Formats: sequence, structure tokens, C-alpha cells
Amino acid sequence: MSAVGPALAQVLLLALALAAAVPLLGRHLAHVYTSPRHLAVERASYRLLRVDPDADQHWRAYAMSVLGFSLAGVLALYGFGRLQAHLPLSLGFAGLPADGAWNTAVSFVTNTNWQWYAGEATVGHLFQMSGLTVQNFVSAGVGMAVAAAFARGLARSHRDGRVGNFWADLVRTVVRVLLPISLVAAVVLVLSGAVQNLLEPMTVHTLTGGVQQITGGPVASQEAIKELGTNGGGFYNVNSAHPFENPTPFTNLLEIFLLLLIPFAMAWAFGLIVGDRRQGGAVLSVMGVLWGGSVALLTWAEMAGPGTAPGLAGGAMEGKEVRFGEAASALFASSTTGTSTGAVNSMHDSLTAPGGGVAMFNMMLGEVAPGGVGSGLYGMLMLAVLTVFLAGLMVGRTPEYLGKKIGQHEIVLVALYVLATPVLVLTGVAVAVTAHAGLAGLQESGPHGLSEALYAVTSAANNNGSAFAGLSSGTPFWNTLLGLLMLIGRFVPIVLVLALAGRFAAQRQLPPGAGTLPTHRPLFVVLLTGVAVVVVGLTYVPVLVLGPIAESLS
Amino acid sequence: MSDIYALFRHSLAGLRVLVAATLLVGVAYPLAVYGVAAVAAPWQAHGSLVTATGAHTTDASEAVGSVVLGQLVEGDLAGDLFRPRPSAAGDGYDPLSTSGSNLGPESPELVAAIRQRRAEVAAREGVEPAQVPPDAVTASASGLDPDISPAYAELQVPRVARATGLAEEQVRRLVAEHTSDRTWGVLGEPRVDVLELNLAVLAGS
Repeated sequence: MSAVGPALAQVLLLALALAAAVPLLGRHLAHVYTSPRHLAVERASYRLLRVDPDADQHWRAYAMSVLGFSLAGVLALYGFGRLQAHLPLSLGFAGLPADGAWNTAVSFVTNTNWQWYAGEATVGHLFQMSGLTVQNFVSAGVGMAVAAAFARGLARSHRDGRVGNFWADLVRTVVRVLLPISLVAAVVLVLSGAVQNLLEPMTVHTLTGGVQQITGGPVASQEAIKELGTNGGGFYNVNSAHPFENPTPFTNLLEIFLLLLIPFAMAWAFGLIVGDRRQGGAVLSVMGVLWGGSVALLTWAEMAGPGTAPGLAGGAMEGKEVRFGEAASALFASSTTGTSTGAVNSMHDSLTAPGGGVAMFNMMLGEVAPGGVGSGLYGMLMLAVLTVFLAGLMVGRTPEYLGKKIGQHEIVLVALYVLATPVLVLTGVAVAVTAHAGLAGLQESGPHGLSEALYAVTSAANNNGSAFAGLSSGTPFWNTLLGLLMLIGRFVPIVLVLALAGRFAAQRQLPPGAGTLPTHRPLFVVLLTGVAVVVVGLTYVPVLVLGPIAESLS
Repeated sequence: MSDIYALFRHSLAGLRVLVAATLLVGVAYPLAVYGVAAVAAPWQAHGSLVTATGAHTTDASEAVGSVVLGQLVEGDLAGDLFRPRPSAAGDGYDPLSTSGSNLGPESPELVAAIRQRRAEVAAREGVEPAQVPPDAVTASASGLDPDISPAYAELQVPRVARATGLAEEQVRRLVAEHTSDRTWGVLGEPRVDVLELNLAVLAGS
């Protein structure tokens, strides 16, 4: 039903809005992560919380703070979920089961927001707004803090492995960036038709004499940060397809804008932090190229509608809303999987086979197109270091990035980073499809069944959180497996990133020599894009062939 | 051992920060949005409910539904009214159990469902099966889709006109009045809100 003209125009409109906002927010972010001054309210809270915001932390201490904060978050959210029946605004729901509470606690603390449960049937308002929404803010803050630490590590010289202060980074991110933007966005969402109340489901008698329960909840406030922080956990089961979360084509574009805004702006901020705007521009270009490519492919797939069911129906409208149609659904799908958001406005399980394949490939890229808030930037920078190293091998140049030598120790950290997630994904999918308890969750057999399992483990290990929702994942097996994948997939890479940041901070900044590969030119953009695609391609092609590609060809 | 102790120490600091964050973004922030919504957009914040006359209300007891949510059209009156899309939410349009079908493009179950819906809609509207548009034979993402395509509305105009005794032109005009074009000419798709349209049909007949 979508027409080509408007489909292109809405992508263009989105790109223009981003082009206007990204440099502004990028400059603000750079200031947030480099300014020595605290706001009065921040200083008061540091004193009250007894943390020292001016201690320049060694990367180990920084990592300990990240891990300690996240551990506290997991334990608190686990307890909150288990005890929700005894708390106000629970809507009469029981406490979460142990495996479910574990999965959800890890899911929201790792910025994944995988959901084994249906929001409207499992969790009360208080858990949503004071448990899940809080992690939406702070887990995004953790990712951005780590990216900022990495950027500072590259920018510094001779600093003994010190990369900044985690608490200051976290508090500033929440207070100066996430909260103000979320407030404005939430109000706009309510004005457009999203709900914001604390009511229990209300009974209405419908036009033809039936009964319908109208659900309520503090939805708009959660929706805003869910997109802005690339979290993705829906208030309701159907996430941003629900009219109360995403009522109009305008809110749809706003939500896509919000989920792309910070990942792109972080790249801009990176350029400013390392003192060379062109470096940020190069990283941003690679993100933009990968995102643009996936939008084009996914939109083509959904509008062309290949496959038996779309052919019979006359269009790929199964699992899509009329107000969005194929084009705005495809734009959302590619943006939510290219960032690590995982919110959905269409059901990805019902995407066309090539469309679902693109969504999966986006996540397999390691969430760098443009990636999660923070994780997108540090993921892309790890690939940039790898690219410099590979280019160095090819032409015999000294591998160095922004004046930092890429020696044996550095490249080992990068290699571990690049390998960590694929190992998790491929091991995870192998375990899932060889275990009875894993297979029991699949809705379909054959290639599409494999795709359901592959999508789930890819989504968890890459901290995306979207799903081929035909998978019944609310079982102890899937909850435990995916919880482990999310946890390892988040924190092993973060520790490796911080370790590398520390190595770089300790190094002296070398002036660029004749043998230095310039990392701000189009050639480097092409190389880095190629490395991102090839590394993923080589890793995942076999399993993609067995899943979405086999389905496309059937 | 010192690492474990360090982690414990950092966790305690983390817990303090978490408590503060909960008060700020887990209580103050949603309540602030709640407050602004209650003043600036109470109707939307309560779910965009309407009465049988189409008037806005925040009182569920006098409402017939929400204009942003679809609802089942069934029973004696159904023949007079426009039908919504197929829904996979519970027994259909159940907000307590929102869902898409999640069936894949090659699913035999989905293929069979599409064939059956096409035949049923064609028989109900008295048209050729090939004329039935995609949204009439596919379940939405939310199971609560409030809209149908203008093509599906047009398909139902003759039946609704016959059943209600209204002139086809009159029904067509009601459809046009309740059709929203793409936002700013580019965003999303043209659509017809089924509840609003049906309220208008009932008011007119």
C-alpha cells in the first residue's frame, strides 16, 4: 500500500531532522563529558551520595564502578519484580517467577530490554515506572559513560591508564541529557494520543454491545526514554505498535528520531573530544552508510512483499498497522535493529524473509549502525582500531589510531571484543536448537523456526531486545539462557573497551608521520564499512544460509 | 579478594546512586509528565475515550471505546457497520492480551487464514475475491489497529448503505470525512478510523 514517493520523503525528512539536531547535541555531549564544572544540584547529590566526582579513575576502578552499579541494579530489580505483589499499583499481579525476574532484571540493566512477558498481563504500574523506567535511564547512562571514557582515553596522553570518573559521567548523562529530552518528548507523545495515567483497566461497553478493557499506565514517560536511551522495552506486549504507545505517523517518526539521535550525536561528540571533528565525521559517515543501506534494503523487501503469504494477501501487511504501512514499518524496523533499541512497531516475525534477514544482519553487525547510545560508538571505534591494524598489515604502515600505537596487547583486546558476541550467538543458538526445552519454544519448524531461535540469541547477545515473537521465550530454559547471553554480551565487551581505553590513556600521543593512515578520509570510511560487513559476513553466513536465506529461496 | 571487596564497595555506592535515580526518574519524572498531561491533555492521557454521540470523555462508564483503539464489531448491529481488520489480540481486539499473529511469510497457517478471510470478506461484501485489499485479510501488529485502508472502507460502502438505508453517496461522504491523509503528505499511510466512522454512520441512519 505504501507509495514510493512518500516512503522516500519520510526518510529524507528524518535525515534532515537528524542533520539539524546531531551537531547541536554532539557539542552538548562533548561538553558534558569534558567539563570540569559540576552543576549545583549535581554537587549536592555527590555529597549526599558520598561519591567523589573529581577522582580521575584508573580504568580498573572505572570498570569496577560500572560493574558494581550494574550488580546493584540487577539485585534491586530482581527483588522489585519478585515482590511486586506486595507493592502499590501492582494491578493485582503476582510477583515474577524466579527465572522471569532474573531475565527481566538482567535485560533492563544491560540495556537490552528483551521481554519474555506481556506488560499488560504481568507487571504493575509501579514496577514499570520505578523499576524498568529507571533502568532505561541509567543503563543508557552506563553505555554513554563507557563510550565517553573510551573517547577520553584516545584523547589523553601519558595519563597512567586514567579515563575519567564514572559517577560524574553517569549523573551528568541522566541530569543534563536524558531527562530534559525525555520530558519534552513525553509531553509531545501525550499531546499526540499516548496515555499517561495510573488507572487500572477500565471497562467500556462497545458500540455493538461488547465489553472492552481499556488499559492505562504511565506510558508516555516510559515511551520517551525507551526510544531515546535505545532501550526498547514496551509498556505493552506489542510495544510501539500499540496505539497508546505510538498513536500516529507523527509519533512514529518522532520515536525513530529519538532512537537514532544520541547514537549519531555520540559520534559527533567523539570528534570534538579527540580534538578533530573530521574523525567524528568519519565514524558518523560509516554509521550513516550502514543505516541507510539497511533502510533501503528493508524498505524494498517490505514494499515488494516477496513470499507466499504476502503474495496471497497482496502486500506484506501481516503484523503491520495501517497507519504506518510497509514503508514506515520498515524504517522503524531497520532503525530499531541498527541501534540496539529493539522496540518494534511491526511484528518482526512476520517480516518478509529478506526483511527479517536484514533486521538480523543489523544486530549481527554488533549494533554499530548507528548502534546503542554509547555502545554504538565504542563498538564502531573497536572496529576502527581493527581496520587500522588490517590496513597496516596490508601496506606495511605502522598501525596507529589517533596517535596511539596498536601493539600486540591492544589488538588482542580488540580481537577478543570482536569475537565475544559471535561466540555467544553461535554457541547460544547451537544449545537452543539441540535442547528439547529450546525447541519447545519455537512456533514454526524448518528455516523459519531456526530464524526464530537465531533472532532471539542474536538479539540477546547484542543487547537489542527485539524478537521474532512467535518464540515462546517465557520458560525457565529460555529465560536463563537469554539472561546469561545478555549479561556476558554486555559486560565482557565493556571491560575490554575500558581496558583498551586505559592502554591508550597511558600511551604518549604520537604525532602523525609519513606512515600514518589518515582516518578521516573517504578511503578510511570505505575500509571501515567493509571491515564491519566482512567480519560479520564471514562469521554468520553459514547460519544465515540455514535460516532466512533458505527461507527466501524456498 | 581485594577485587571482590572493591566490587562490594562500588556496589554500595551504586546502590545509593540507584536510590537517588529512582526518586528522580522513577518517581518525579513520570509524575511530572502525569501532571502536565492532566492539565494539558487530560482526554488523551486517559485513553481518548468517546461516548455514543462521539463526544470526548474521560469517564469510562459513559464511553463506547477509544478512538485510537480498534474494537470488535459483532452481533446484531454488525451488518450495518464497517468492519475492522482481523485481530490476533486474545479473542479479538482485547487490550489485556495485545498481540500480532507472529506467523512467518511461508507459514501454512497464515496462508490458509488469508485464503479463508479473502473468501469471507468477498462473500460478505458481494465482491470478487481479487478486489479484497491486503489489510482486510491480514492481522495487525497490535491486534488493536483502529484503522482500515480507504480501499477496504470503499469496499464496504455498498453493504453499509444497503443495510442502513443511507444513500451510497452519503456513506461515501462519511468515509471521506473520516479519512486521514498521510501526515504532511508523507508520513505513514492514508487511513480510516473505524470507530469514528461507525459512530457517524449510526448518527446518520
